[in-house]
Amino acid sequence: MSNEDHPSDHVPATTHDSHVPSHRESEPIPDPGLPPHEWRPTDVDPKAEKRAERQIAALFIAAMVSAVLFVVAYFSFSVGDSWDTFAGMGASTVSLGVTLGMSLLLIGIGIIHLARKLMADHEMVEMRHPAASPQEDRDATIQALNDGLDEAGIGRRPLVRNTMLGAVGILGLPAVVLLRDLAPGDTLDISKLAHTIWEPDMRLVRDVVGTPILASEVEVGDLINAAPEAMFPTEENGYPELEGAEEQSEKAKGAIIIVRMDPDDITPAKGREKWTVDGIICYSKICTHVGCPISLYERTTHHVLCPCHQSTFDLADAAKVVFGPAARPLPQLPIKVDGEGYLVAQSDFTEPIGASYWEREKQ
Amino acid sequence: MSVDTSKVATSNRTDAATASKPGPAGSLASWADDRLGLATAMKKNLRKVFPDHWSFMLGEIALWSFVVLLLTGVFLTLWFNPSMGHVTYEGSYDQLRGIGMSESMASTLHISFDVRGGLLMRQMHHWAAMIFIASMMVHLLRVAFTGAYRKPRELNWVIGCILLLLGTLEGFTGYSLPDDLLSGTGVRAADGFLKATPVAGTYMSFLLFGGEFPGESIIPRLYIVHVLLIPGILLALIAAHMLLLVYHKHTQWPGPGRTEQNVVGFPMLPVYAAKAGGFFFMVFGVIALMGGLLSINPVWKFGPYDPTKVTAGSQPDWYMGWPDGLLRIMPSHMESVIFGYTISWNVLIPILLVPPLMLTVLIVLPFLEGWITGDKRDHHLLQRPRNAPTRTAVMVALMTFYGLAWAAGGNDIIAIKLHASINQITYFMRGAIFIGPVIAFWITRRWCISLQRHDNEKLLHGYETGIITRSVEGQYAERHLPISGTSAYTLTARDRDEIYSVDGDTDAAGVAAPNSRSEKLRARLSSWMYQHNVQKPTRAELEEAHHHAEHEAELQSGLDHPVDGHQFDDHRLRDTDEVPLRDH
Repeated sequence: MSNEDHPSDHVPATTHDSHVPSHRESEPIPDPGLPPHEWRPTDVDPKAEKRAERQIAALFIAAMVSAVLFVVAYFSFSVGDSWDTFAGMGASTVSLGVTLGMSLLLIGIGIIHLARKLMADHEMVEMRHPAASPQEDRDATIQALNDGLDEAGIGRRPLVRNTMLGAVGILGLPAVVLLRDLAPGDTLDISKLAHTIWEPDMRLVRDVVGTPILASEVEVGDLINAAPEAMFPTEENGYPELEGAEEQSEKAKGAIIIVRMDPDDITPAKGREKWTVDGIICYSKICTHVGCPISLYERTTHHVLCPCHQSTFDLADAAKVVFGPAARPLPQLPIKVDGEGYLVAQSDFTEPIGASYWEREKQ
Repeated sequence: MSVDTSKVATSNRTDAATASKPGPAGSLASWADDRLGLATAMKKNLRKVFPDHWSFMLGEIALWSFVVLLLTGVFLTLWFNPSMGHVTYEGSYDQLRGIGMSESMASTLHISFDVRGGLLMRQMHHWAAMIFIASMMVHLLRVAFTGAYRKPRELNWVIGCILLLLGTLEGFTGYSLPDDLLSGTGVRAADGFLKATPVAGTYMSFLLFGGEFPGESIIPRLYIVHVLLIPGILLALIAAHMLLLVYHKHTQWPGPGRTEQNVVGFPMLPVYAAKAGGFFFMVFGVIALMGGLLSINPVWKFGPYDPTKVTAGSQPDWYMGWPDGLLRIMPSHMESVIFGYTISWNVLIPILLVPPLMLTVLIVLPFLEGWITGDKRDHHLLQRPRNAPTRTAVMVALMTFYGLAWAAGGNDIIAIKLHASINQITYFMRGAIFIGPVIAFWITRRWCISLQRHDNEKLLHGYETGIITRSVEGQYAERHLPISGTSAYTLTARDRDEIYSVDGDTDAAGVAAPNSRSEKLRARLSSWMYQHNVQKPTRAELEEAHHHAEHEAELQSGLDHPVDGHQFDDHRLRDTDEVPLRDH
């Protein structure tokens, strides 16, 4: 089908007065035309008209009252300590919201009431025009375009054209290169993903208070959220003070969970037989799916579940994925006991923790 | 009507108002026109006609909630401090006093507890964002279900789809700004998504975060994207969307006097301007009431972001829920290492492939439909969803996919509320996401076709009155009455579907015509799309049916009037044309 097949759709608009029923033969029922206008009560009854006027004015006056009440509420109710004294949300927030909302709503209802009751309600008919320009305009535009290109002579001088396009195109390079320092200097060093702050003999400490953990105080069935001792530097332990971005990223990577289970329940992974201490086993807390911290532990099954996307890992079986979208087990931190009986790391993690990335296996 | 119209209110005149001598407003207008020359354009547009229907209001909700977003957003910027610098909170909220957090979190708490009206504006901003995205989606469905995206409006459909994408990104960047525990978890997941991007993903993550996650740059960067970059593009695209709407003139529903060539409705000035303006205040007012009465995103309950913590039941804002659901139902172990490089299919498919694919499917819908049907005409009359069964079914299938993915994003909540196993729910969703849309497609299409048949029944035999008559022979029959002429015309005011056919596979010399393979595909698709549709009756069929009805009436000629069941009350219908069209 093409435009030529349907000339009726492009006839000048003047022949289509909607009040005149159309007589297209294929139509089973002819267009009866617009129905006659019906007068509203407010058009023909002065009483109804006055009543509508009063209603609309009342709405606008109520809106004014509400706006004044807003100001009153603003100065009457305090925020701060007593913010939640009313409706659990604070008298100030609730009263400001209600007065502002009512004021706006009443104005809106008033205007729409005005439009429906008192403004003229004659439907008007406007003719449509094709979205396309007339053919002669199209031809003239193409002609002008060709004339312009012809006078520019770009088409005849490919050397000029190509070098110009090349020059403008290569500007993309400076634009892209300029973004390099979004991560300035060695902050762009992606090999950092492969390492955490853990190092041999660093103590495992409780994550909020930073106290070291005695192997003997960990009960079977416990799950302890823990952190590297370096996150809690003191004069005693001698770790350097961490600040800002570095502190945050080390915190994000170093988080671990420690569980103790009956040693017989543990299926030791190859080469990791000596990574545990009497059934105390330690894994990265960061999910290998997209990096949420894992938190929900079910002690009877030794399963731990990520609350973000429900990846489930079996801590008794090398933290293998038993359910959910994760692809890899949680990395395990090899641990031992130091001279004072505290849990310490044997080394850093032996693989990158957290979400996968393109170069992961290369590091 | 027999109403006395001699004393008609002066405002409601049938003739156009004539210009009177210029007052102060007139001289201001001429001053402006001497310099701007706008009168020529305004002459037409001040009285531009807009058709009226409740469903045309949905896009307006989106527009006005965007205005509310701009207003409340400007208010919030006066106090918000988009910095990840570490401070100790010393504000009014008791339970977090003395806790270390970023300045953006602290200033969010300051807005919530120490600025009067601050919490109201925060909550209004968040509610307006939800309404903005929800109304865009419902508006999109209205446009698709009524075929308003057909020529010449395809490009406006594309703009609308991009607006939906940008609105979603704007929402995500916005709710990440307070740097609370919930949104921070979302940002970390987003970092995981970036890292799963093949080849450049790791570097993209490092560049965006200014180094390793979480860094100290992400909040200020998201902030400038949220308050300048995306709103700027949104404004420009909304302007283009509206300009095209004005240029094309709004679509309208068919009906008596409403044709493809005209537009029937109220003039912009005064009625449409008043209705739209009044509606702005109503949308604004409802959002203010919601902001005052309904708590949303109480960041003080979540606490500041800490990369080692998370809360159970973590959910993104609802419009991010469907990719999150796809992420959740991916099977385990979907990762491969090829030449030493890691490809995370478990993230790649649900986040980086399917959502862009869905957006692409949406964008190409009008072009695909136009190609299959071969229809190059302009369309200004809307179609009822039933009259385009395949399109309606495709949209419902897409909605079903979306809805299932969205529900999967709440699989933990469903499991808790229904005391069901989260594993079972997830297994179910893995299958349902593929089967559900197919079932939905099939049911919807059959349903539409049945409704089309029902329309034809009404045209040919009238509507069911619910009145049972018994003939002298003892036969029971339900009385049908003809629908009104207006309703009958409206039911027939639609195109007949034409199945596209290939004119000839080969030319005279037996050589295959160019593109004949794609033409064959097109013919097959066209037949798939249209062949089961029910076409409106022809004039001959209508006349035949009416003749039959008259014949039946003759059989009742023993009565002095047709049996209509109202012999014993005063609800006798005076004229069949006044019988209201009953909606079954």
